[in-house]
Amino acid sequence: VAAIGLPVGLANATPEDTMAKIKEFAGDKEPQTGGKLTLNTPEIAENGNSVPVGVSVESAMEGDDMVEEIMILAEGNPNPDVVTFKFSELSGEAIAETRMRLAKTQDVVAVARMTNGDIHMAKAPVKVTIGGCGG
Amino acid sequence: SNVTRLAAQQQLTQDDLLAFDSTGDLTILHVTDIHAQLKPIYFRPPSENIGVGMFEGVPPHLVGEAFLQHFGLTPGSALAHAHTMVDYVNLAKAYGRMGGLDRIATVVNAVRAERGDGNVLLLDGGDTWQGSYTSLQTKGQDMVDAMALLKPDAMVGHWEFTYGEDRVLELIDALQYPFLSANVFDTTWDEPVFDAAMMREVAGHKVAVIGQSMPYTPIANPRWMIPNWSFGIRPEVIAAQVEKARADGAEVVILLSHNGFDVDQKLARDVPDIDVILTGHTHDAIPRAIEIGKTLLLASGSHGKFVGRVDLDIRDGKVTAHQSKTIPIFADVIAPDPAMAAKIDEIRAPYEDELNRVIGQADDLLYRRGNFNGTWDDVICQGMIEERDAQLSFSPGFRWGATLLPGQDITIDDLHNQTSMTYPSVYRLEFSGLQIKEIMEDVCDNLFNKDPYFQQGGDMVRVGGMAYTCAPKETMGNRISDMTMTATGEPIDMDRSYVVAGWASVNENVEGPAIWDVMESYITRKQTVTASGSDIVKVVGI
Amino acid sequence: MASKPRVKLPKSASAGEIITIKTLISHEMESGQRKDKNGEVIPRQIINKFTVTFNDKTVFEADIEPAISSNPYFEFAVKVPESGTFKFTWVDDDGSVYETEEAIEVA
Ligand SMILES: [Mn+2]
Ligand SMILES: [Mn+2]
Repeated sequence: VAAIGLPVGLANATPEDTMAKIKEFAGDKEPQTGGKLTLNTPEIAENGNSVPVGVSVESAMEGDDMVEEIMILAEGNPNPDVVTFKFSELSGEAIAETRMRLAKTQDVVAVARMTNGDIHMAKAPVKVTIGGCGG
Repeated sequence: SNVTRLAAQQQLTQDDLLAFDSTGDLTILHVTDIHAQLKPIYFRPPSENIGVGMFEGVPPHLVGEAFLQHFGLTPGSALAHAHTMVDYVNLAKAYGRMGGLDRIATVVNAVRAERGDGNVLLLDGGDTWQGSYTSLQTKGQDMVDAMALLKPDAMVGHWEFTYGEDRVLELIDALQYPFLSANVFDTTWDEPVFDAAMMREVAGHKVAVIGQSMPYTPIANPRWMIPNWSFGIRPEVIAAQVEKARADGAEVVILLSHNGFDVDQKLARDVPDIDVILTGHTHDAIPRAIEIGKTLLLASGSHGKFVGRVDLDIRDGKVTAHQSKTIPIFADVIAPDPAMAAKIDEIRAPYEDELNRVIGQADDLLYRRGNFNGTWDDVICQGMIEERDAQLSFSPGFRWGATLLPGQDITIDDLHNQTSMTYPSVYRLEFSGLQIKEIMEDVCDNLFNKDPYFQQGGDMVRVGGMAYTCAPKETMGNRISDMTMTATGEPIDMDRSYVVAGWASVNENVEGPAIWDVMESYITRKQTVTASGSDIVKVVGI
Repeated sequence: MASKPRVKLPKSASAGEIITIKTLISHEMESGQRKDKNGEVIPRQIINKFTVTFNDKTVFEADIEPAISSNPYFEFAVKVPESGTFKFTWVDDDGSVYETEEAIEVA
């Protein structure tokens, strides 16, 4: 794990850290998990140093059906924060993709906040494996 | 065994094997996982193929008698022998070897003659260019040249990628047909590297073929050989390709897949508008297609043992009837195609002496395929322990590698059929007991994760010098227990370190002799080779 | 240290069209959680902010944490109301700022 820029020793974040960050992001709104927010990650990471992660929210991106921010968290990393995307009317669509480091097999979480305060959440497991068994 | 020889000699004819009550006017032929086997071989199907979750007890997770009953095959029949290991040695002696690209050519030509050239699609499911002595010497060129005579319409890949990006692109340029992969994107800009699909006019119908290479190639095989390419199952990409094909007027949508049978069975549910999935990689073979929703899935085995055939009757732009079969390629029954036979001789001529050089003899039936071990792998594991003076050894759970019958000579050709690949170094490293357990648990989850999208690679890693218990139905990290040194009977100590020899590491710059040199030295020394430890893995909870 | 950022977007678009922009900058993204050979923590140095403006109006931003991979890649959508210029800005922990811009024609 040291090889991928994240230390072995540090106690990795427990889900509570992640829940606390979601709470802070969501305010008092209960996150909905109805699928309005899509989180796209590979089932098995090809390279723990560079795991693609994409988020998208179905929304008109205007008025109160607009996405303000999407935050991505990696529950199993020493520090669960990954990135927060901020959108505008000119975004046209709330879609973003980047690449992140995962210390180990874990759940990746995305949380979206709409202009009307609604919160949407999605979670996806990503397996980080030793690999090398051909087939 | 006289009975079986008699039964076998019921004059099985080429016509028997080619018999097919065809339907409609369009035929798809499928070959997959040939692993560069130009000549006929023996290939014992597995005696164990455990399925978990919704895949328990359904094809391909049926072996032996259960397989015969499920598909209604008569014990001792040609099909029973082609598909199962029941009474394997006797029936292998009775029915003879299977496969051979010149026999496959005869079958392909016969079907083209029967149906008319423009009415047949021949699709290659990949794992074609790797797996033999000559394919390694020529870096895949031998298979490209031989397959050119069959004139396939498209191919996908997996072990092809282990020749590295440049060689793959070089060989693809030489192909007279497309190399399709909807799921390979460049790691810089995330853009497609290959054509995802193709549209063909077949028997007057618009047919789309979407290609899917092995989704976890950079994990199962060395990522450093293909640094700029990213794979993945990418169901959303396949769904978009299906939609595009339909929009472009496709009456039939085919997925030529190297996903593996379980992954494709799940994919058929996730992307329900595919008419036919031709599935490869896990080397499974079924006598006829299974159906999931409207999708036909045909797994056509490996090593040239079968040619898959699917006939479709298409009316008003829809598939209305179908027939399917995996045609067993019995080498002693099907006449070799002269042109292909000549090409094979031409390919092997420069290496003939080395290929036929005998280094020992098989005392037992030597095979590879099995969830936890195969007798060939027992020999490799024991060979590495002795030749490299190690306590334990790891051999990857590859599914390729032909079978040798008891008493058969072991030639360099045979040894390379077990070991031919581009990262052959045998490492000698120290691992703690805990690291060994973690490696075993990691690989075990690749086999027995309940969600096939989280499965990858081959069978369980083979471990030399150690017995252990495995509970496949448990979860990640909880399947392996009672790890014991077979030499001493002592339990493996998590904190102690052990000298481990192994091969085919996916890391770069691995130091050590090539596996074939290590094994030639071991087999030459032993002369007759026996497989020791097939009972060292205790499977519980199933 | 970072160098030459790269972006990919169409040269032209129709008014109001939504396009995809891909951006890449080569940077180590030292997470601050790695140790060197003799056990010393290598100090954190990452790109911590990425901003995109169109005709000087902010369109897209990313607040970046050490878990973002080296050579940060961002792909996102933007609506193109009229011809104009996209400006891309990456801010490094050490205060350096890397910029590039691309014009787009609305036919
Ligand atoms: Mn294969
Ligand atoms: Mn394969």
